[in-house]
Amino acid sequence: MIEFRVNGRSFGTKQVLASIDIALEQGRTLCIVGSSGCGKTTLLNALSGLEGGDKAVSWKSSVPEIGYLFQQPRLLPWRTLKQNLMLVEADESKVLAMLDEVNLQEYADYFPTRISLGMARRASLARCLLRNPALVLMDEPLVSLDSPTAQQMRRLIKKLICKDPQKNLIYVTHDLEEALEIGDQIIVLGNSPSEIVFSADASDLSKEILESELRNQLGF
Amino acid sequence: MILEKLRDQIVALLVLLTLWFIAAGVVNSPLLPSPDQVGSSIYIEWTQGRLLENLLVTLQRVVISFICAMILGGVMGVMMGRIKVVNRIFDPLLIMLLNIPALVVIILLYIWFGLVEAAAVAAVIINKMPNVAVTLREGARMYDPELEEMAQAYKFSFRQKVLNLWWPQLFPYVMVATRSGLSLIWKIVLVVELLGRSDGVGFQLHLAFQVFDVATILAYSFAFIAVVQMIEWFILQPMEKYSTRWQRGDQRD
Repeated sequence: MIEFRVNGRSFGTKQVLASIDIALEQGRTLCIVGSSGCGKTTLLNALSGLEGGDKAVSWKSSVPEIGYLFQQPRLLPWRTLKQNLMLVEADESKVLAMLDEVNLQEYADYFPTRISLGMARRASLARCLLRNPALVLMDEPLVSLDSPTAQQMRRLIKKLICKDPQKNLIYVTHDLEEALEIGDQIIVLGNSPSEIVFSADASDLSKEILESELRNQLGF
Repeated sequence: MILEKLRDQIVALLVLLTLWFIAAGVVNSPLLPSPDQVGSSIYIEWTQGRLLENLLVTLQRVVISFICAMILGGVMGVMMGRIKVVNRIFDPLLIMLLNIPALVVIILLYIWFGLVEAAAVAAVIINKMPNVAVTLREGARMYDPELEEMAQAYKFSFRQKVLNLWWPQLFPYVMVATRSGLSLIWKIVLVVELLGRSDGVGFQLHLAFQVFDVATILAYSFAFIAVVQMIEWFILQPMEKYSTRWQRGDQRD
């Protein structure tokens, strides 16, 4: 069980995020949906320690090892894929095995500037998983990908994270179908400052119900 | 492609030499020696051992000054680029150093410390250091914030950040500072030698100037230009080519 409170966040005098309590059973995936600027990325940044420091999150369970998959791959362009991953894990055999998991072993010595965005996203996913995180944070990892590439990435995420009972995933997206396909639990952020306006198990929802809830709660 | 480039450069050089040859023939004065007179001057200085000896002395001063100026200016520039309070404190000093004429620094150090080697080298360092600092300050300000966040999220060690995150981003600025540094430093070293040393290319130029020996002046100048060009071809360009291979067509390491 992972349980925490993301304390309210303000930028200047404007509070963008109210305090948000989240509890996630072991091995489950939480999808966060909400309109642009509602604080989804801020919430992930707080959890990863990038924003707000130690006071941003109050952990009620033990603090898990966290892996963060950013929206853009953020690989070092002057290092090959293998070198990028070896900055996180020094054991070369583990790095190559992980590249193999994401179907990139033959591109291990390629520079990120010479591969497609989909491949770079997969390399970034491999880097994220090398730390063997118990909690994975993903910020719209499929954005800007064409449909087959997005589908391939989705399959990998499900295989490597969602089906691993040792891992929890918090997944931010705009895409309701994606949220329903990946998430076990879905929350909608809304209002100002942002708070949870809707929460349900994905199994109790369909795209139509979720759309209707979003219309009711957020007016779109 | 490379052969074409080389051919064009050789043609340009031959045209220049021919024009010089014709001009020297028309003027017909020792104040404008012909290319062959300069060539024989280089040969004489070389066979008598003076050319190599003085080149090495000057080169040593250039290398020491260059390394010190790059290290000191680099540290100063990066600190100023990354830490606002350091920038606020040192910015006025930097502007002052940038605007002091090179000659004033050289003369002052010779007056204060005497015509000694340390004063000569220090004068060159003080002249070059501000340029390095300004260039690398700009580089340090341009670090990619998204990569900084990534490094923080993945808990990069300080060493990993220096070698894999900061240095590659700083490298293009280091190359700019290196190129402008080399071309500036060797010119200042000649002035320093001319004013207060008894060896080196600058001192030989001083001797030649006293007797209006233009052939020797040009001989030493060309010899040192050749040395700097060798550094460019055999050290700087290969280094740059290796470090920027990810930006070119090279797919793999």
